[in-house]
Amino acid sequence: MKTILTVIRKEVLDNFRDRRTLLTAVIMGPLFGPLLFAVMINLSIEKSLSAGERTLEVPVIGAELAPNLVRFLESKSINAIDGPETIDEAIEAVKSGEQSVVVRIVPEFGEQLANAEPATVEVYSDEADNDARKEARRVRSALGEYSQGISALRLMARGVSPQVLRAINIDEVDVSTPSGRSGLLLGMMSYFFIFAMLIGGMYLAIDSTAGERERGSLEPLLSLPVTRDQLMLGKILASCVFMALSLALSIVAFAIAISYLPLQKLGMTPNFGPVAAVGAFFILAPFMLLGASMMTLVASFTKSYKEAQTWVSAVLFAPTLPIIVVSILQVRPAFELMFVPSLSQHLLLVDMVKNEPVVLENIVASAVSTLLLGGLFAWIAAKLYRREGLLG
Amino acid sequence: MIRVQNITKSFGAVQAVRDVSFEAPDGKITGLLGPNGAGKSTTLRVLYTVIKPDSGSANIDGVDVVTDSLEARRRVGALPHGAGLYQHLTARENIAYYATLAGVPKSEIDGRVEKVIDELEIIEFADRQTKGFSQGQRTKVALARSLVHDPHNVILDEPTSGLDVTATRSLRDIIRKLKSNGRCVLFSSHIMQEVAALCDDIVIISHGKVAIQGTTERILERTGTNDLEDAFVAAIRRVEPVA
Repeated sequence: MKTILTVIRKEVLDNFRDRRTLLTAVIMGPLFGPLLFAVMINLSIEKSLSAGERTLEVPVIGAELAPNLVRFLESKSINAIDGPETIDEAIEAVKSGEQSVVVRIVPEFGEQLANAEPATVEVYSDEADNDARKEARRVRSALGEYSQGISALRLMARGVSPQVLRAINIDEVDVSTPSGRSGLLLGMMSYFFIFAMLIGGMYLAIDSTAGERERGSLEPLLSLPVTRDQLMLGKILASCVFMALSLALSIVAFAIAISYLPLQKLGMTPNFGPVAAVGAFFILAPFMLLGASMMTLVASFTKSYKEAQTWVSAVLFAPTLPIIVVSILQVRPAFELMFVPSLSQHLLLVDMVKNEPVVLENIVASAVSTLLLGGLFAWIAAKLYRREGLLG
Repeated sequence: MIRVQNITKSFGAVQAVRDVSFEAPDGKITGLLGPNGAGKSTTLRVLYTVIKPDSGSANIDGVDVVTDSLEARRRVGALPHGAGLYQHLTARENIAYYATLAGVPKSEIDGRVEKVIDELEIIEFADRQTKGFSQGQRTKVALARSLVHDPHNVILDEPTSGLDVTATRSLRDIIRKLKSNGRCVLFSSHIMQEVAALCDDIVIISHGKVAIQGTTERILERTGTNDLEDAFVAAIRRVEPVA
């Protein structure tokens, strides 16, 4: 135990004095995630706000044929402007992206309307373009409203209640809580945390194995009266210390970033106060041992610092796979999933942030299974450390 | 006291050490002399237990290096070839780290570190981070940390390689001092003059085999030469594989 502590203390001190390792652990890992997150949230806020409130300018061909319709559109913040004059020009303008939506009022519009026949209004848009589709939808729904208004008037003129046309009244009740919606977007933060954690311990894991061998300090170390298991365990735990530091900083940075982001505008009220921050740390903490053992294991396989860097970087992405798969499939937390490291932490974290009850058994299952797997990797790493080939 | 009996070690198809036996007694400097690739380092690595022999045995003060490697390591101070330091730690911290790992009681660490720093004349650069140290300074610190737990047996693998004349001389003085303390010093070199200048006993190794061993005089006598260089060449030729 004393030996392990000695190794931990030395590795931590050594790496604290290494500017690159320290910068990665305390700056890059912890700040990268929250920053990227803040930028993404801001972009998405801007986007969703602009789509709803901005005045749309839509070229209307034949606007003069339907002054009432144009006035109605204006009341819905959709202004008719001059633009393409013919159908071909309209199609061209939409295709090239010059215009998102073009409306054409057919020449027979007035006549058809007067005869109470369905009057035709054409809407040109590129449905493959997300923004254009949103604008086209706004135009269509405004046109639909106008159409309903006229229909109601016609029915009343014939002594029929417009109610006749409403056989079913659809009432939509959205039960998703504001924090429920935020969970989706905040889901990616678990990846940032895991990433920050791994990045924080990465250089130490490499330095204490491949680096040590490359410097020629491994052989004298192995000639000391200590067992290799003790050395290996000390190195893995030293990585854990750096990972804990990275994780803690990253969580604090995140909590600060979130308090400044106008998430309410997106209808989000994420639960990420001090209590949740501490909770997040403990949910993620068991992953440290696994991450550190994995990186140390991979790094001790390699022949040089550079090679180790390449391989360990690959390890950084392994924990993201389950998270990505689950995000796509929209899986709900289930007990079985608690046995998949990184995924279980992700699911627990998302639930906590969404203000949903987190089941204690799930927390225990996640922690125990992740720690066991971490222990297994540490054992394999220690076993490999006993090989002679280690000296290279 | 180091005793090696018939050790053999292969790496894949390469037989690095073949049936090597010798003894390095206390209070003497024993030199392992041989050309590059002769198997000197492999032999020494077996002795400070980072690798295991395929067959044969070796012991340090009677402690077997395979069956009781931990205890054997406790009795040895090893300076492997090209030993590196921790660049971000000071010389003193490097030495203290080894002292702690080697099990020196906490209360004695400062005193022991101070003592080797003094003995090896490290004081001038003892509190600087070792990044940018000269080869001579690095070797001294590496030697100091392997001596800090006061081992009775000292194994040095080509300690003088890369050192300038002054550094080599000062290292030789240190090695002689170790001997006068009654320690068993085993050191390897491919430079004959160095071995001749320093060693009481010489073991000449070539192609993984012991070509000849004994005091300088005995080796000269047995090879029928009056010059160690001639003796060296003559001895090596004996074990040269038949082409």
